[in-house]
Amino acid sequence: MYQAIVFLPLLGALVAGLFGTALFKNFGHDRDVYGDHTAHAHVHGDHDHSHDDHRGHYHGPMWPMYLTTGLLFVACLLSWISFLGFLNEPHLIKIPVLKFISSGALQADWALRIDTLTAVMLVVVTTVSSLVHMYSLGYMAHDEYQPRFFAYLSLFTFAMLMLVTSDNLVQMFFGWEGVGLASYLLIGFWYTRPSANAAAIKAFIVNRVGDFGFALGIFGCFYIFQSVELDAIFGGAAAQVGKTTPFLSWAPDTITILCLLLFMGAMGKSAQFLLHTWLPDAMEGPTPVSALIHAATMVTAGVFLVARMSPLFELSDVARDVVIIIGAVTAFFAATVGLVQNDIKRVIAYSTCSQLGYMFVAMGVGAYGVGMFHLFTHAFFKALLFLGAGSVIHAMSGEQDMRKMGGLAPHIRMTWALMLIGTLALTGFPLTAGYFSKDAIIESAFASHAGPHMFAFALLVIAAFCTSFYSWRLAFMTFNGSPRADQHTMEHVHESGQVMLVPLYVLALGALIAGYVFAPYFIGHAEKEFWGESIFRGAENHIVHEMHDVPAWVKYSPFVAMALGFLVAVMFYLRGTTVPAVKWGVIAAAAFATSYVGIATSFDPLSVLATVAVFVPVIFVVFANRDGGLPAKLAAMHWPIYQFLLNKWYFDELYDFALVNPAKSLGRFLWKKGDGAVIDGFGPDGVSARIGDLTAQTVKLQTGYVYHYAFAMLIGVAALVSWFSFGGGH
Amino acid sequence: MIGLTHYLTVAAIIFTIGIFGIFLNRKNVIIIMMSIELMLLAVNINLVAFSTQLQDLVGQVFALLVLTVAAGEAAIGLAILVTYFRNRGTIEVEDINMMKG
Amino acid sequence: MLAATLFFYLFAALAIASAVMVILSRNPVHSVLFLILCFFNAAGLFILMGAEFLAMILVVVYVGAVAVLFLFVVMMLDVDFVKLREGLASYLPVGAVIGLIVLAELALVFGTWSLAPESLKPAAPTPSGLTNTQALGEILYTKYFYWFQAAGMVLLVAMIGAIVLTLRHKEGVKRQNVAAQVARTPATAIEIRKVEPGQGI
Repeated sequence: MYQAIVFLPLLGALVAGLFGTALFKNFGHDRDVYGDHTAHAHVHGDHDHSHDDHRGHYHGPMWPMYLTTGLLFVACLLSWISFLGFLNEPHLIKIPVLKFISSGALQADWALRIDTLTAVMLVVVTTVSSLVHMYSLGYMAHDEYQPRFFAYLSLFTFAMLMLVTSDNLVQMFFGWEGVGLASYLLIGFWYTRPSANAAAIKAFIVNRVGDFGFALGIFGCFYIFQSVELDAIFGGAAAQVGKTTPFLSWAPDTITILCLLLFMGAMGKSAQFLLHTWLPDAMEGPTPVSALIHAATMVTAGVFLVARMSPLFELSDVARDVVIIIGAVTAFFAATVGLVQNDIKRVIAYSTCSQLGYMFVAMGVGAYGVGMFHLFTHAFFKALLFLGAGSVIHAMSGEQDMRKMGGLAPHIRMTWALMLIGTLALTGFPLTAGYFSKDAIIESAFASHAGPHMFAFALLVIAAFCTSFYSWRLAFMTFNGSPRADQHTMEHVHESGQVMLVPLYVLALGALIAGYVFAPYFIGHAEKEFWGESIFRGAENHIVHEMHDVPAWVKYSPFVAMALGFLVAVMFYLRGTTVPAVKWGVIAAAAFATSYVGIATSFDPLSVLATVAVFVPVIFVVFANRDGGLPAKLAAMHWPIYQFLLNKWYFDELYDFALVNPAKSLGRFLWKKGDGAVIDGFGPDGVSARIGDLTAQTVKLQTGYVYHYAFAMLIGVAALVSWFSFGGGH
Repeated sequence: MIGLTHYLTVAAIIFTIGIFGIFLNRKNVIIIMMSIELMLLAVNINLVAFSTQLQDLVGQVFALLVLTVAAGEAAIGLAILVTYFRNRGTIEVEDINMMKG
Repeated sequence: MLAATLFFYLFAALAIASAVMVILSRNPVHSVLFLILCFFNAAGLFILMGAEFLAMILVVVYVGAVAVLFLFVVMMLDVDFVKLREGLASYLPVGAVIGLIVLAELALVFGTWSLAPESLKPAAPTPSGLTNTQALGEILYTKYFYWFQAAGMVLLVAMIGAIVLTLRHKEGVKRQNVAAQVARTPATAIEIRKVEPGQGI
């Protein structure tokens, strides 16, 4: 069964990629020879700048798409079956696949290691992937290169499954690089677009920085433990506590340095602070890719890695403190940047970055289950948000700038509703998925005994506020207010087809109930049994219990932050709205939310009151008949801060200045001066040039003047006579 | 007493004059050809002188052959010259450089 | 003997002087005339050495044919010889150095040379009691017959070559074409016209 889960996507990728693209292009499909290119091009001619939308026609057969999607659904089904099995009885399965590497002491066999951690990841990956496959059937329906796209998606899924099922670090690295490759291919899927190529290269290179650390971590593990097998490493870890490894004149703590190196890889892949720059640019890829790779699965590989290596991380407080700090800073940083971004996908991208920071904080404080839980729920609502954003972009004929949207709610009601569910879940509205996982992380950060835990707690609460604000800002700017798009675009706004909406329904369902249903297993009372041996906890690690005993104000702080963010967003973006639907929509939402909370909490008075308390000022603001314009005023008032945030803390510029440009200069120097001038100059080019010069000089001897030849002859005669007279020519 | 050496000296001087002539009149191909005739004459004087000295007629036979070749060379050379002049309207050797590499 | 010595110096001095004039005179016609003078003097030297036949050949062939050919060409070609003398001295240093080196070496050779022993056995000793012409003819038509033939071939080839190079068919010159004359038929040669009475042609 597990072999099927892992290898079905590979099968689909190979078949679709090798046979679907070129060889059997005309197989089983009536090719539209004359096509209606011209007619279609006219309709969409105004949207050449379009980001994600119609790009010509697809004339090939449909079977590669159906094949890959179908196989993914089979894998998804199998994953859920196995996951439900794990819910009942956690266990560890190892399935050998192949001999992989056998060189001296280095033994790395290809085996599938299935434990609870893996089972969770299997579910996440295959579910999101299959839904994204299905969604792409609609989203990419006009793309000429659909088979390639689906082959890449399936290839990515396979690599991700390899990663999560790996039994040793080398195998994990293989999957790790495989997802990197697939990510590169998919970001640069529209390779005719320079910005996509640049983004793909950026993602690849920034990831290489992290992968370099990861690779060093693997080397270090092999050096210390003489093995890359996970079991051997975990078994030998305890013996290494307190030991140092001499390195040059420096003797770092063995476990700490290993953990930090591995974490460096995680930082790269999960776009953590300092290595985050590639993630927003990766939005150049098609939106389904953003949903699958850059929100739900690949970027969580770093979190998975830390959870997987928990036996090591548990032994190093320093490493975990670093993880906490990086995670908290990322959560805060990305959330602040998300406040002011205008590209709908970039907002969600920064949101992803921020949420990954949350997960790392959970990992750092030792609440691995909590982090994994957030990973699990986040996959649902973030994929939902991304796919919903894709639906919006689809409706807007490729427009991604939120400043040119607005007032879409009446036109695409279903997308609107689904996006609202995603937003609620992301902001942690009570009883949605995000409520359980995110609040748990914030509580665990407070309950932790780690050094920077209060630092992390504070940043996470602020980030929760920012998250709420930018999420609602996104929703309001996109769906409410007056339309800011041009007439032509607005006429074409249309709801997506069922093939795109059905995945959204499923994800919305997950975003609503995943937290409620699975919280007991992941972080609740059955937590220890559920995770079993897959997550290692130190003797003093009681974080999961302690986090349930935090003071009430801590429990309410994320909710308050969320509510405040929502209020500010309403103040900013809904004030004085003139659309009646919005006004009554808010009333309806208030009524719905109150009753929902009431029913869900069995009419706990405090919760109901809190909900009502939130909505009263909202309704007040919405009905206040005054013009908005507050965001612009605020931005003008704090122009430097606004610019600072808008330019993402100037990280790109800083890296350009500090790293990229010096590296480019060095490269150019070595290229022009080192290789061109020195090696080529004295090597092949120089030799050939000298020979050219020599022959040019020789050619000049052939003047063509008869008398010069006569002179030459006479000089030769003189020379010969001289030689015979004096040189002893006998 | 006039001996071999005297004749050889005369021949050497004429030969050298021929060499000078080639360098001096590099533009005028007719004079160059005359200079070549002078040099061949010097060679003939040498051959005859040795022939007389050694009482060996072969030297004179060779001189005869040299004369033949010289006559042929003069005929062909002048024919080329005439043809060239017909085509180009000049015999300036400066202009003859189509063999230039 | 005194007469012979005097004549040697006379011929030698004139030969050298006229050779110098060949290369120095401004007018190529003069050059050719000096060349002829030089050949005459060289012929005189040949006679002094006892090679009468070669002397006559030199006069007949060179003066009578080659030098006249030169003269003919020089006078026939309409060449601005003054222009050809421009830049006369530009290669003189090189020529002077080369010429003087050769001369000096020849002079050095004269001082120290000695005959190789084997050359003392003549290949074709000059027979006594015969004139130079007869002696030369006896070995030339016997022992060196092939060389003689080869020389003839050289002259033949030179003649053909010279003719081929300079032959030119002038336009507008009427020539007899025998084949065309013979192949003529009445159809091509005769035209019959009906003449109306009283009209004329």
